[in-house]
Amino acid sequence: MKTDYTRPLDLKHGHIDMNHGGGGRAMQQLIRELFAKHLGNDLLAQGNDGTVLPVQPGRLVMSTDSHVITPLFFPGGDIGALAVHGTVNDVAVMGATPLWLSAGFILEEGFPLADLERIVQSMAAAAHGAGVQIVTGDTQVVERGKADGVFITTTGVGVLLDGVNLSGAHARPGDAVLISGTIGDHGMAIMSQRENLQFAAPIVSDSAALNGLTAALIASGTELRLMRDPTRGGLAATLNEIAQQSRCGMTLMEAAIPIQPAVEGACELLGLDPLNIANEGKLIVVCAAASAEATLQTLRAHPLGRNAAQIGSITDDPHHFVQMQTRFGGRRMVDWLSGEPLPRIC
Amino acid sequence: MKFVDEFRDGALAQGIARAIHAEAQPHRRYAFMEFCGGHTHAIARYGIPDLLPAHVRMIHGPGCPVCVLPIGRIDLAIYLAVKRGVILCTYGDTLRVPASDGLSLLRAKAQGGDIRMIYSPEDALRIARDNPKREVVLFAIGFETTTPPTAVALMGAEREGLDNFSVLCCHVLTPAAIAHILDSPEVRDLGLVSLDGFIGPAHVSTIIGSQPYEFFAEEYRKPVVIAGFEPLDVMQAILMLVRQVNAGRFAVENEFTRAVSRAGNRRAQALVVECFELRKHFEWRGLGEVPYSALKIRERFARFDAEARFDLAYQPAPDHKACACGAILRGVKQPIDCTLFGTICTPDTPMGSCMVSSEGACAAHYTYGRHRSPA
Repeated sequence: MKTDYTRPLDLKHGHIDMNHGGGGRAMQQLIRELFAKHLGNDLLAQGNDGTVLPVQPGRLVMSTDSHVITPLFFPGGDIGALAVHGTVNDVAVMGATPLWLSAGFILEEGFPLADLERIVQSMAAAAHGAGVQIVTGDTQVVERGKADGVFITTTGVGVLLDGVNLSGAHARPGDAVLISGTIGDHGMAIMSQRENLQFAAPIVSDSAALNGLTAALIASGTELRLMRDPTRGGLAATLNEIAQQSRCGMTLMEAAIPIQPAVEGACELLGLDPLNIANEGKLIVVCAAASAEATLQTLRAHPLGRNAAQIGSITDDPHHFVQMQTRFGGRRMVDWLSGEPLPRIC
Repeated sequence: MKFVDEFRDGALAQGIARAIHAEAQPHRRYAFMEFCGGHTHAIARYGIPDLLPAHVRMIHGPGCPVCVLPIGRIDLAIYLAVKRGVILCTYGDTLRVPASDGLSLLRAKAQGGDIRMIYSPEDALRIARDNPKREVVLFAIGFETTTPPTAVALMGAEREGLDNFSVLCCHVLTPAAIAHILDSPEVRDLGLVSLDGFIGPAHVSTIIGSQPYEFFAEEYRKPVVIAGFEPLDVMQAILMLVRQVNAGRFAVENEFTRAVSRAGNRRAQALVVECFELRKHFEWRGLGEVPYSALKIRERFARFDAEARFDLAYQPAPDHKACACGAILRGVKQPIDCTLFGTICTPDTPMGSCMVSSEGACAAHYTYGRHRSPA
């Protein structure tokens, strides 16, 4: 008998069972052979109930996001990469440098270990790409049917240098509104997979970490008011949030808003408005009008900002309406969506 | 986007707008009804009112299939899902329509009803095949456009012997609704509403053709221009209507010749005739009972008729007392005339039918046109 031998996890054919959440040896093994194996770093290796982090100069920014998505794997990403990118981006758009993430997993009994490993590997790659470390984590297992495969909650902490002060409340009439690239890619990538819609060229999610792009903007020294990533609810929801927070209005130029033909076509087919569709790697920037050109150049110099464009400007409007000059020549409101985007029948 | 951008060209639109401004006579007022929700949506989404002179006004008609679905019909669907345990298959935009007891299909789903969004009746057949031990009901709604696919599903179910599949048929007819509006006292006798012409449906007309509208043009002396759903189609149709009014003509003209013929799609019409027959009357949300305005499933397919199969009895349910949807659908009122509009009735909490789908007159105005009349 080998006293210190444990049969390794079967990462090819094995499944999550209730033991993996039980706090016993099975859970330790899952953490060791799957999570720590891929996500390991000096801080995570402390192995205590909490992780001790070195205090950085400046102020701390913290943000959290829970990720549930069907399907778990989609063109351009998966729930693992998304869980890293989503939280990194929420910290980055504050103008901060994201440093550390926590990751909480809710796993459904029966979930294939091979899929879990793929997801964790993808998280590791995304964290590495974004220059952040996953420094603490948690795993819970729920009975079959009580979750949809895997849910991941990540919390991010970043450092904000003194002097950087961005807020959704800082937009002023006359400011320029910019976007870093095409809209609706993530939402339509998911929707086309979920509904099994076949397009000639698959639509790929834009899931990406934006901290390189935001760092370049901060470093450029242009007069930034705020940055936001337009995720759920799309461009329309985020711009309305900004209008409410800053107590201003906004006028967009439809012709200036970048969109991929395939995304536009898919939206057309389903009767959806691309302005309501989620993005996971796009940045909205509001800056002083005088800085618009310089900001645009900085955005376009970065691989994630190649298709950046100025799409509108901030106006003085007591109703805080977001309006849009349509390509057709008329004007219309850009409103929040009621609930989820639902396809129209006719 | 190819074959779409061409129909949304701003420069062409300006050209047509100039022609409308030049030809609409200043001493006249022009009120045209676009019947279809698709047109209502295009008018709002592209800001077409900004391109029209003030004395050319568009009235939003009842052609939004989701909007005219009466509460009692949604109640039946909810009953099937919640009380009878069926898998209810529905188109997406029907999910949010408010029904009795503060429910909607979306809320019934949250309470445990097995309600699934589909893109085509074919999806419902597949669900029935995959769940042979469950009853699967297709909540079939819509105008002449969505009726042929339901017919195909009925025939498919018969051919395959899919005994767990049935259809809750709520298909309605466009010409009957137009006649109903033209016959309403406000239009006919009281002269409260001047209706100078119609923009005829796009998709519906690909099925039924332009011929059925000839009756209105002659009987009611109203011009009809059938138009596609793209904004340039709508602009062109408005110009054609202005020209007919100016010339004192009332003909059926077809702007949408790239898809609509006089006879329509004969094959689709034959399928519909084979599967459905006229109902003597049917309740429309906002319009009330409209004679011979809807279809029911023929005897041959009775075993696939959810109404017979589950022994359903229709119970009408009234709209909110202050709701002005009926008057709005007949062109008597505009959304902002309704006391509920934008207060307790918004797209997030719709009270009446016109606020339900983005094709409804109230929802379209709230979502896209609210800046024109901010409270």
